[in-house]
Amino acid sequence: MRRIISILMENEPGALSRVVGLFSQRGYNIDTLNVAATEDPTLSRLTVTTVGDDRVIEQITKQLNKLVDVVKLVDLSEGTHVERDLMLVKVRAEGSVRDEIRRITEIFRGQIVDVGPQVFTIQLTGAAEKLDAFLASMEEGSILEVVRSGVVGISRGEKVLRL
Amino acid sequence: MEMLSGGEMIARALELENVEYIFGYPGGAVLHIYDALYKDCKVPHVLVRHEQAATHAADAYARATGKAGVVLVTSGPGATNAVTGIATAYMDSIPMVVFSGQVQSHLIGEDAFQETDMLGISRPVVKHSFQVRHAEELPLIIKKAFHIATTGRPGPVVIDIPKDMTKPDEKFPFKYPESVDMRSYSPIQRGHAGQIKKAAKLLLSAKRPVIYAGGGVILGGASELLTGLAQELNFPVTNTLMGLGAYPATDRQFLGMLGMHGFYEANMAMHHSDVILAVGARFDDRVTNTVSKFCPGAKIIHIDIDPTSISKTVNADVPIVGPVQTVLVDMLAQVKTLRKKDKSLPDSQALDRWWGQIDEWRDKHGLWTADRFGTDGEQIMPQQVIQSLYRVTKGDAYITSDVGQHQMFAAQYYKFDKPHRWINSGGLGTMGFGLPAAMGVKLAHPDADVACVTGEGSIQMNIQELSTCTQYNTPIKIINLRNNYLGMVKQWQDMQYEGRHAMSTYEDSLPDFVKLAEAYGHVGMQVTKLEDLDAAMEKAFAMKDKLVFLDIFIDPTEHVYPMHVAPNGAMKDMWLNKHERTS
Repeated sequence: MRRIISILMENEPGALSRVVGLFSQRGYNIDTLNVAATEDPTLSRLTVTTVGDDRVIEQITKQLNKLVDVVKLVDLSEGTHVERDLMLVKVRAEGSVRDEIRRITEIFRGQIVDVGPQVFTIQLTGAAEKLDAFLASMEEGSILEVVRSGVVGISRGEKVLRL
Repeated sequence: MEMLSGGEMIARALELENVEYIFGYPGGAVLHIYDALYKDCKVPHVLVRHEQAATHAADAYARATGKAGVVLVTSGPGATNAVTGIATAYMDSIPMVVFSGQVQSHLIGEDAFQETDMLGISRPVVKHSFQVRHAEELPLIIKKAFHIATTGRPGPVVIDIPKDMTKPDEKFPFKYPESVDMRSYSPIQRGHAGQIKKAAKLLLSAKRPVIYAGGGVILGGASELLTGLAQELNFPVTNTLMGLGAYPATDRQFLGMLGMHGFYEANMAMHHSDVILAVGARFDDRVTNTVSKFCPGAKIIHIDIDPTSISKTVNADVPIVGPVQTVLVDMLAQVKTLRKKDKSLPDSQALDRWWGQIDEWRDKHGLWTADRFGTDGEQIMPQQVIQSLYRVTKGDAYITSDVGQHQMFAAQYYKFDKPHRWINSGGLGTMGFGLPAAMGVKLAHPDADVACVTGEGSIQMNIQELSTCTQYNTPIKIINLRNNYLGMVKQWQDMQYEGRHAMSTYEDSLPDFVKLAEAYGHVGMQVTKLEDLDAAMEKAFAMKDKLVFLDIFIDPTEHVYPMHVAPNGAMKDMWLNKHERTS
C-alpha cells in the first residue's frame, strides 16, 4: 500500500543523506521525495512516498524515528490529509492541437505558463493520480519534458506536525 | 575563560570524559591533535599497528568495562581502515567514539591527498556522526558524541575533524558542557506499565516458559535483575551468543546458548515453549532458523530499548520498549504483586513437568552432561582445549575470540558465570577481532586473565598487533586452535558442497607461530598431544607477565555441533553429529 511519510528533521548537512541512505540500505522503496526548509530555519520537512505492507511501513517509520536527525514524523496516509504534486510539462503544440491542449489544460485546472510557437509549458497541481491522468490525455509523442516536485502533504483539521 | 585550540579542546574533553585509553594511529590530518595530546593530556594513547585494531581494541575495552571506547585515526586510509571495526561495534551495539581526521575544510571535495568522505562511508554503520565545521563547536559535539554513544541502544559515533579545526594558533574559549539536551534524541527511560503488567500475567500463566536473553541484558547492566526474575519464577534461561554471561552458566536453570550452534536442550525448549520472554535479544537469523517455523506454540514478550528490534523478524505478542534494567525492576515487582494475590502462580506442577522434559533433553544430547564429541585419546579435540582453558582459568577469565569454529567451541564449552567476560564479534562476524580485542581487555583489566581463542585464519588477519602487545606489555594468552583449515568454511563445504574444499586451506604456507611469537618478544609453545594439553595451558597462565602463543594442533576433521538444519529447518531441527539429526 502507498504511504505518505512526512518528516521534520534537523536542517543539518548530511541529514538528507541519512534518510535516503536508510531507504537504500534496508531495501525500502522511495517513489517520490521532496525536501525544503520550513518556517523554522533549523528544521527541514521531508515528504516521502513509499509502498509496502504494514510490517514494512512499521519498520520504515521506526527506523526513520531512530535517526538522530529526525525530530518527528507522521504517516499522513493514516488519517485524512491533503496531498499535492506540482508538475511542469512541456508539450509540442502546433496548429490545430493548440486549442485542444488549451481545453484539456482548463479541464485539469492547469495553467499554460510559457508559450512558444511550437511548444506550451503547462503547470499542473494536484494529487498524483490527477497528474498521471493529464499526461495520459496528451497525444502520444507530444510530451517533450516532464518535471514533478514529488508529493507534499498535510493533515486535515487541527492536527499539526511541529515541535 | 580558558582559551584552547581545537586540538587542545579534544585533549581536554577526553580527560573530562574520564577516558582511560585512546586507541589510535597518527597521520597528516590529525597531527595537530597528536601534538596537543603529547603536550598536555593525561589520557594515555595506545599506538596500534593498523587502524582496524584500534577500533577492535577500543570496542573490546567498551565490552569489558561498559564505558565508551575511544579511537583516533587520520583521514583517508586511516579512516577507511577503521570502518570494519566501526561496523563490528555497530552490529553488537557497542559504545564507541571515533575521531577521524579530515583534510582541511577548503580542500574537501577536491580529491585532496588522503581525502575520503568518512561521513558517507561510515553512515550505514554508525549510530550518528558529526563533521566539525567551526572549531568552537568541538566541546558540544564531543559531549553529544559520548552521550549518543553510551545512552539508549549504544553504538559507535564518528566525529570527522578537518585539519584546520585543530590549528594550534587559533584559540577559543573552552567550556565543556555538563549535560546535553537534544530535541531529536531522548532515549526512553521506562517501559509501558500496562504492557509490563500484561507481560507479568502472561509469564505467570506459562506452562512451558523460556527466558531468551541477549547482549542487551549485559549492555543494560541487568544481569542480576534477570537472574533474580528467572529464579523467582523458576524459569529456564537460554542466552544468545552475545548474551553469554548474562545468566550464570553453571546455574541449574541455564540451558546453554541457543541458535544455529546452540544447545539441543535450549533449541528444543524454545521450539516447544508456550511463552518466551525475550530480553535484549533481536531474533537474529542465526537464532531463529526459518522464521515461519519459529516456535509455533509460543506467545512472545519482547523487551528491547530499540523499537526497531521489536517485531522486525518475529512478531511480538507483548512488545515492551524500554531499558531492560527499569523494565525488569517493574516486571519483577508486578510478578511479586500478582503472586501475593494468587500463590498458586505460576503452575508449579506444569513447571515440574517442563523441567522434567528439559532434563531429559539435557541427558540425551546436552553438551555439558557428557562429552558428545568423539576422541581417540591421542588427537586433541578443540572442545577439550576449551575445557582445559576453563579448568585452568577456573572459569573466571576474560575470553575474546575471533570468528569461526573456535568461536563456537569457546561459546559452547567455556561456562561464563559473569557478564562482560565473553568478548566476540557476534553480529558482523569479524575475523581479526580477537587479538586486538584481548589487548583492549587486558589494558582495561591488567590483573585479570585474558585469553584470545582463535584459529590460524583469524589470527593472521591482525597478527601485527603482537608488536603492540610488546610495546604496551599486555600479557594475554593466545589459544590457537590449529587445524590447518578455515574450519567453519571447511565444515560448510563438507556439509553442503560434498567436501570440495575451495580455497579453505593454506597448504604448507603457515608460519611457525612459535618462532613468530618469539620474534615479537613473546613466548611461543606448540602442543600436539592430548597428554601435554593441560600442562601447557597451566604453564602458559603461570607466566603472568608474558604473552604466550599456544599453537595447539587439533583434529582437523571436527565439526561444530549441534547445527541447525538449513534451509527450511525449525529451531528443533539440528544435526547432532556427522551422522545423526533430530526428526
